[in-house]
Amino acid sequence: MTTPAAGSAAVATGSAAAVQLHGITKRFPGVVANRDIDIVVRPGTVHAIVGENGAGKSTLMKILYGMQKPDEGTISIDGQPVSFSSPADAIAAGIGMVHQHFMLADNLTVLENVVLGAEPGRLGRLDFGAARRRIREISTSYGLDVHPDRLVEDLGVGDRQRVEILKVLYRGARILILDEPTAVLVPQEVDELFGNLRELKAEGLTVLFISHKLDEVLGVADEITVIRRGTTVATVLPAEVTARRLAELMVGSDLPSPETRDSTVRDEVMLAVDGITVRAGDGRTLLDDVSLTIHSGEVLGIAGVEGNGQAELVEAIMGLRPLAAGRVVLGGRDLTGQDTRHRRRGGIGFIPEDRTRQALLLEASLWENRILGHQTEPPNVSGIWIDRAGARKDTERIVGEYDVRTPNIEVAASALSGGNQQKLIVGREMSSKLFLLVAAHPTRGVDVGAQAAIWDHLRDARAEGLAVLLISADLDELIGLSDSIKVILRGRLVADADPKTVTPEELGSAMTGAGGHPEPPEPSAVDGRAARSAAGARAPGETADPPGGGQAGQGAGA
Amino acid sequence: MRSRFDTQRILLALAGPGLALLVAALLSSIALVVAGHSPLTTFQSMASFGVDPGSIVQILNKSTTYYLSGLAVAIGFRMSLFNIGVDGQYRIAAFFAAAVGGAVALPAPLHVLLIILVAAVVGALWAAIAGVLKVTRGVSEVISTIMLNFIAGGIVAYLLNPDRLAVRQGSQLINTKPLPPSGWFPNIPLPGGDVYGFIVVAALCGVAYTVLLNRTRFGYDLRATGLSETAAVASGVDVKKMVVRTMLISGGVAGLVGLPTLLSESHSYGQDFPLGYGFTGIAIALLGRNNPIGIGLGALLWSFLEQSSQILDLEGVPKEIVTIMQGVTVLSVVIAYELVRRFSLVQQQRRVGAELEASTTPTTPTGGGAPA
Repeated sequence: MTTPAAGSAAVATGSAAAVQLHGITKRFPGVVANRDIDIVVRPGTVHAIVGENGAGKSTLMKILYGMQKPDEGTISIDGQPVSFSSPADAIAAGIGMVHQHFMLADNLTVLENVVLGAEPGRLGRLDFGAARRRIREISTSYGLDVHPDRLVEDLGVGDRQRVEILKVLYRGARILILDEPTAVLVPQEVDELFGNLRELKAEGLTVLFISHKLDEVLGVADEITVIRRGTTVATVLPAEVTARRLAELMVGSDLPSPETRDSTVRDEVMLAVDGITVRAGDGRTLLDDVSLTIHSGEVLGIAGVEGNGQAELVEAIMGLRPLAAGRVVLGGRDLTGQDTRHRRRGGIGFIPEDRTRQALLLEASLWENRILGHQTEPPNVSGIWIDRAGARKDTERIVGEYDVRTPNIEVAASALSGGNQQKLIVGREMSSKLFLLVAAHPTRGVDVGAQAAIWDHLRDARAEGLAVLLISADLDELIGLSDSIKVILRGRLVADADPKTVTPEELGSAMTGAGGHPEPPEPSAVDGRAARSAAGARAPGETADPPGGGQAGQGAGA
Repeated sequence: MRSRFDTQRILLALAGPGLALLVAALLSSIALVVAGHSPLTTFQSMASFGVDPGSIVQILNKSTTYYLSGLAVAIGFRMSLFNIGVDGQYRIAAFFAAAVGGAVALPAPLHVLLIILVAAVVGALWAAIAGVLKVTRGVSEVISTIMLNFIAGGIVAYLLNPDRLAVRQGSQLINTKPLPPSGWFPNIPLPGGDVYGFIVVAALCGVAYTVLLNRTRFGYDLRATGLSETAAVASGVDVKKMVVRTMLISGGVAGLVGLPTLLSESHSYGQDFPLGYGFTGIAIALLGRNNPIGIGLGALLWSFLEQSSQILDLEGVPKEIVTIMQGVTVLSVVIAYELVRRFSLVQQQRRVGAELEASTTPTTPTGGGAPA
């Protein structure tokens, strides 16, 4: 039934479509994840697929990548009907997937990660030489600039993403699927990624780009397909739509904005971080003499390219990392020597960067997750005993107040969508008596509705006098929510910005080290030596790197 | 809605062992056929011998030991700690408990209590060595506990000498000074013989295990660490302390493993004190899926197979066929449980998606929980 359609599509686009999905329907018991999906991706283009979380984008990509089999419909690659029963089939057909959550082994080098599963060599002997040459070749020709011999654990998020792209290119992919690739990047890095995508496109590769950041989609895509509630609602050209129109197609309502209204900053200092220095196991300085204060009712935003010390700052405040120097004082109480549990009991709430790793027990029920991080407080416990009834009851309350969409509180946390997981976490953290909330990327990877709800909760808590340390890669969010912003670079706070006046572009420039002259804040260089040289580079009259040279976060070169 | 979930859960919980036993029986039958015996008659004679009153007593007694061993291993498993050292822990614990018990004179309940206490403390301390090594030096507990097994064996062999803590009984046998009757654990007489009274202690340990893990803050921290160490750390759990404490508890229970034999059977620790219960415990913890009731069933099954195998020699079937059955059972159980676990997680995700889909009003833009 689909052969004529495939034929007509091929005629319509002038050549065989790189990817054609026709009538794809995927049912899970009781729910239709995808229905009647029709997408035609022309070769050598960047095709964006946009939709809210839970709209069915990921299921669709899993189908295209051979991880799920569609119940109905056909897939054609370069005009040939195909049927994938595993990702191996998809890879063989030239499809590569760059996952949202990186699939890299931290303790291996870039080279080892790239060849993993496709090891070169003969008779059981590894031929790393040839692989290294190939990686350099691919890296140069697409401007990825990744050094094959660096350990992945030393790389920042931007670099890891490039390693993922390299990995699929190394396997000969001609069609790349990128799942939310910009979620972790700052504007300059996004531009660079888009530069890479354009180069891929120029080489004749086809890119499927999944996102819900509409401005970016409009900037890079040649065509945009919108998915809502499991089905394709429109395919549009970027020139013909605005972000607003796209948003309406996506959610059927206006996008919320993170604007905060009047300042609620009070005089009382809630958090005082005084000259903290954090060193890595090998002696590198990860945080260098960082001082900041947050007042009651104030949201302090930290802007920075990922890997410049934000994570370490959060961990230092939470007591997850030992300090080499400095003090952390909460509401006049010195917390410096205290462990994480004491700090939490002292009134610090924590929304970690990676909810599935740090904030949830995925295989435990929702009410058991309600207890996590609050194992010493009512209503979760009484004395040494877990108060199951109390925890359950309070979980019901959180589920109601924070609109966590779940049939009941006995389901495992892994059964919820990302946005609902995050709402549960926010609700849980807000349910204690808090002085400070440390929120790292609180709306990362959640859908628009959940994002607006989380913003509302943060604003309400701020109005009631909560101090918030906000780390976010979403600069609109950072500017919209913060009362003041500090820029972190190579483990130091290098600049202040006024959220009332600063633009994302200006902030992005400051984050890369020099106004208008981006320089590479490579994660590995977050040590004393590089920090000094960075200071030198910022000195008046000093020229920064030439434009188009090193860019944010891609320090793997050198 | 809840009841539907629960029925499904019970079905899934039964599916694992059911599937595993089916596969195990099938593979064992193949082994029997290959060896030239009829699976049906073999199983029949095993079953009829296994339910003989004498066999039942033996099975219960063996199970008591295996149950404790399985619990000791399971406590570590719940925190992703592999205590392979239960074997060394129970032997050194039983040895010292026997030595102390033989050396003192106390009224009956106190005497037994003292022996139990010594065994638990020695086992706990011995296991804690591995815990301390792990948190201070980063030594994997798998390696250190295995090595500690050998060291424990060495220490016991050294001390089990008439010049030190042992006495010579007859010309060949050397053992610790026998416990006086005040240090014996009362048995439960059944038609087929005496059942170790320690079975009650073992059952209480199972109850304590359940309460500790599911109802206390400590147990929550332990399970949280086992489910996700990163999340536990971020929640304020001091994982280093938890490792040492968990090893202490696991070792404490391990210390009791030798006691049913010591207090009800041998009344002294000699060169012929049984070995290898610690390794059986690993298999049983796996069979029982770290669940106290499951471990009990696993221990019973294991003992049943061992006991009923004794008839096989008379039937001309090599006894070793039972070892194959046991191995195959563990393997099938582990695989079946993992399959069922994954299946049930996916099922749950789907059901959440389905129920949300059904309850979503047309004005709500998101599909909610489509498994994305």
